Amino acid sequence: MDDLLAARLQMALSLGFHIIFACIGMIMPFFMAISHYIYLKTGKQVYKKLTIAWSKGVAIFFVTGAVSGTMLSFELGLLWPKFMEEAGPIFGMPFSLEGTAFFIEAIALGFFLYGWDKFKPWFHWFTGVVVGVSGLSSGILVVAANAWMNSPTGFDIIDGVYTNIDPIAAMFNDAWFSQALHMVLAAFVATGFAVGGIHAWLLRQGKSKEIHLPAMRISLTIGAVAALLIPFSGHYSAQDVAHRQPAKLAAMEAHFHTEERAALIIGGIPDEESETVNFAIKIPGGLSYLIYGDFVTEVTGLEDIPKDERPPVAIVHYSFQIMVATAMLLLSVGLLWLVGQWRSAAYIHSRWFLTLLAMVCPFGFIAVEAGWVVTEVGRQPWILYGIMKTADAVTPMPGIVYSFWLYLGIYLSLAMIVGVLLVRQVRALEKDTDEKQPQMS
Amino acid sequence: MVEIVVAFLYLSILMYLLFGGADFGAGIIELFTSNDKKDRTRQLTYQAIGPIWEANHMWLIIAIVILFVGFPTIYTTVSIFLHIPVSLLLLGIIARGTAFIFRHYDPEKGKIQELYNSIFVYSSFLSPLFLGILAGTVISGRIDREASSFVDAYLYPWLGLFPLSVGLFTVAICGYLAAVFLIGEADSEEDQKTFRKKAIRMNILTVVAGGVVFVAAYMEGIPLLEGLLENTLSILALILASISLPLTWKFLLKNLHILARIMAGFQVSMILFALFYSIHPSIMIFKDGTMSLNEAAAGLATMNALGIALLIGSVFIIPSLIYLIYSFQKR
Ligand code: HDD
Ligand code: HEM
Ligand code: HEM
Repeated sequence: MDDLLAARLQMALSLGFHIIFACIGMIMPFFMAISHYIYLKTGKQVYKKLTIAWSKGVAIFFVTGAVSGTMLSFELGLLWPKFMEEAGPIFGMPFSLEGTAFFIEAIALGFFLYGWDKFKPWFHWFTGVVVGVSGLSSGILVVAANAWMNSPTGFDIIDGVYTNIDPIAAMFNDAWFSQALHMVLAAFVATGFAVGGIHAWLLRQGKSKEIHLPAMRISLTIGAVAALLIPFSGHYSAQDVAHRQPAKLAAMEAHFHTEERAALIIGGIPDEESETVNFAIKIPGGLSYLIYGDFVTEVTGLEDIPKDERPPVAIVHYSFQIMVATAMLLLSVGLLWLVGQWRSAAYIHSRWFLTLLAMVCPFGFIAVEAGWVVTEVGRQPWILYGIMKTADAVTPMPGIVYSFWLYLGIYLSLAMIVGVLLVRQVRALEKDTDEKQPQMS
Repeated sequence: MVEIVVAFLYLSILMYLLFGGADFGAGIIELFTSNDKKDRTRQLTYQAIGPIWEANHMWLIIAIVILFVGFPTIYTTVSIFLHIPVSLLLLGIIARGTAFIFRHYDPEKGKIQELYNSIFVYSSFLSPLFLGILAGTVISGRIDREASSFVDAYLYPWLGLFPLSVGLFTVAICGYLAAVFLIGEADSEEDQKTFRKKAIRMNILTVVAGGVVFVAAYMEGIPLLEGLLENTLSILALILASISLPLTWKFLLKNLHILARIMAGFQVSMILFALFYSIHPSIMIFKDGTMSLNEAAAGLATMNALGIALLIGSVFIIPSLIYLIYSFQKR
């Protein structure tokens, strides 16, 4: 492994790790706020218990999100100093606003987690909402920074010097809206199905309905609605990519040859040597239609991109397929849930349905990771699209390979501990509800 | 606007040293507490810093963001030449934050707790140590931008007596701040007495460690003392810090917690000011030159945007932070 590859892998690992905690940190506050709201309105103890149970789990995720995020703000410089030297002043606007959002979030979190019975109930509830709103804003802001890497604007390069810098224009680059919208929906999908899946699993194991059913109602309903919406936003993202990054789109679709009536390629094994795709389902004109709304318009293929400016095709294509397939899976399960709720259908409580829900638990996050691989690997070999190559940005310090292994070790241990703690939290919750059961009935 | 950004940069560094430092210090105190009292210290620490610890560490994020947006050359130079100590600092920060929360939220209270505890205390020691090492290296002139070998470029700058002495000095400051802070949080007369003793001991340690910094500087030929003495304001700050020393002791012994805290904070601020000001307008000193904030500053448009963002941010952050600290104060 050379240092560049190690640096890329370390970045991918760190971001891929952080995004899980970031999603939970953005969305769970809203779930808690809903449950908390119902408790305050109806006085039903079970909702208070649910809110507290969730907040205990979330505290673990928050700290992990916070430390992994802190690492990222250093890693950008540790790994890509030449990029940050130029990029920092240009795409810094969202980061400086994000700093504020994080700070507010950390403050509100202190109030929320430690404020039970200390403050007026509605003030306490409000601090929970602030946690969610500031988390979501910070997510949107940081995605705007990433969008700028895909669609650099807000500066000119004159004689190799970055001048006429306009941080505001850089923040509102062409890609920020499509990416931020898609990311927010994705966070709702991923967190909704993950949380719902865990509660479905516990319910299936015969644990108390009291708490798990309301938990599922909140998380799955929101997750399912987001799953209905996300294909639209994804479609919009894809059109956006087609305009701003034709190479990425071509890699996503494994579309090698520039042609009219471009086919939509589903599945298949792309062969970059011979520029063909084997074993794929091809829908004639499908790609042209999806991008331009008619079946004939020409779509740029990889053959028109210089060889040294093409992203790796296979990884991007597979990841894109995984994301879309997952979207379809979650869409179907989500529909089943929504219809079942609406009609009060019996299958909602059946073992097979609960098993299904438990099985799709990780899929939202799989789609999130796959989607980020599409965005980031699809941008290669550029770190700043069309302007700076990743290879030119990497730190001159040798031995990044060791750093990669170190980080891998850290993230694996953190993931393991967080997993174990979560299981223990759930068990403790179970013991708690089981003990209280006789008194309640 | 550049002045505003610079002011926020120094403010966030100072706040991180004071609040983040007291936070690290709580772990350092735990490290140096006899076993039979550890449990009480732990409980007190959790009560005192639980709600605000995350906010305390946000100052670091603000400082870093200001650096990479407003002063990218400083950020990248540190990132390149001090890659290894920065990574070690990160390791400490991660280990500490997670161990602190995990030990509280793990329902299992068996052996694993001991593991969390030892991770917490050792990383509480190591993080400020590396923070100080970084600060020491940056002002030492040990970084050689032209170095060609790995050892000269990436190891030599920070592996030295002077950086190490600044590291230990930082650790002592953190422990001192924490002890003074925790006295006010303690419930019983007995706990207060323990922390008072610790505070005084830590204070002596800080003074000694400060002396060692000067000795180390002298041995390595770093003109630290000369820089301080050439500068009227630096001398003044040091004199003020020295005068406040006996005052702090007096407040500590008289049980005036708030005043003692203010005094301790004041001392540390003065020391930091004296140090920064003595090399002003430089902020980094290399083997073959210096870098000032002005030289490293990004363009005007960026500085304006950053300054406005910081001003807007502080309108939200400062009142809510004060309210948070106030709300979770004891009594
Ligand atoms: C629950 C997660 C999830 C689901 C179900 C989907 N996506 Fe997605 N997708 C993401 C999660 C995601 C993401 C992880 O959030 C990405 C990465 C960067 C971004 O902005 O969103 C992403 C990126 C992303 C991009 C690249 C955007 C860019 O580079 O600017 C495209 C073209 C799509 N998606 C398209 C789709 C389509 C057509 C979908 C369904 C039919 C779909 N996504 C479902
Ligand atoms: C799309 C990618 C990202 C999203 C959606 C995102 C979102 C978030 C969210 C919601 C949090 C709060 C989570 C929590 O407290 O548990 C968080 C934490 C953090 N993130 Fe990210 N982040 C992303 C990438 C990054 C990157 C690239 C950086 C670094 C430059 C970064 C820096 C941070 C920092 C410093 C924190 C800690 C804040 C705290 O203590 O609350 N994030 N991130
Ligand atoms: C949290 C969600 C994100 C994930 C999962 C993610 C994933 C990845 C992956 C897989 C790579 C490696 C690409 C390759 O080298 O082939 C990468 C690279 C990178 N990403 Fe992201 N990314 C995320 C968000 C961001 C954000 C918000 C930023 C910055 C603002 C960012 C900045 C970078 C940089 C600087 C690199 C290294 C240079 C490069 O390989 O192009 N990423 N990321």
